[in-house]
Amino acid sequence: MPPLAELTQLIVFALLAAAVLVGAIGVVILPNIVYSAFLLGGVFLAVAGLYLLLNASFIAAAQVLIYVGAVNVLILFAIMLVNKREAMGASPGVGLRRLLSSGVCAGLLLLLLRVTFTTAWATPGPPQIGEGAVIHLGEHFFSDYLLPFELASVLLLMAMIGAIVLARRDVLSADIATGEAVDQGLIEKSRTPLLMEKTP
Amino acid sequence: MTSLSVPLEAYLTVAASLFCIGVWGLINSRNAVRVLMSIELMLNGVNINLMAFSTYLDGSEIRGQVYAIFVITVAAAEAAVGLAILLSLYRNRDTVDMERFNLLRW
Repeated sequence: MPPLAELTQLIVFALLAAAVLVGAIGVVILPNIVYSAFLLGGVFLAVAGLYLLLNASFIAAAQVLIYVGAVNVLILFAIMLVNKREAMGASPGVGLRRLLSSGVCAGLLLLLLRVTFTTAWATPGPPQIGEGAVIHLGEHFFSDYLLPFELASVLLLMAMIGAIVLARRDVLSADIATGEAVDQGLIEKSRTPLLMEKTP
Repeated sequence: MTSLSVPLEAYLTVAASLFCIGVWGLINSRNAVRVLMSIELMLNGVNINLMAFSTYLDGSEIRGQVYAIFVITVAAAEAAVGLAILLSLYRNRDTVDMERFNLLRW
């Protein structure tokens, strides 16, 4: 192994890690949520690059397809559907809350880093199988991880049906007074919201 | 096959930082969509951890990659259901401000 390859690996890792961390900080603190959503896509892509660096090309492809292609697009759709520019009123004690939560998160980070650097990891582990990973993944899915694999498919079906039921609006229902069918989407605009504002 | 010149601790550090940024965003976001994005960040941090352990400590069996696939599946389902709940909440309350979702508060 020439040292050039190792150096390249280190440089690529540093670039990807910087992209992940800067992008993630941008996602949580940028005021415009559309920028946040696009930065989130960048974070997902950088994480896929990290997976490639870890010799896991199949997971990297799945990450790009599922996260960038599905989840991020879904989030962008939600932002466009909920396109209300509202000035969020100031709430009491927000400064104290930020301070406290920053302290908690920094403490958690310190704890995790301490565990990371004090544990004697058993590296190097067993030899890697590299590009044979896809074959190995398939064997795992259809032998010792068969039950979770099938349960995941049931979970996806449940999530799909649940999302449709929760988000649909045009339920045909019968009017209580007249008994004739009414479109809920038409009457929804004129009535008051179902869940009333709770005034403090 | 390529050797791994990046130490395992570097991946774990990135993953821990990503998770903590996600927790911070989860607590401090007022916009409900941003809360969902923070959850995705946390799930990605966990996934980096799983993948790093799978490659460094379990290179011949890669069970961590199997778990990463399951985490990605659950994350996709969570995003779909979460955004559906968010849309119906927005339809009923006409806001996405987390401070005003106080219906279940005493």
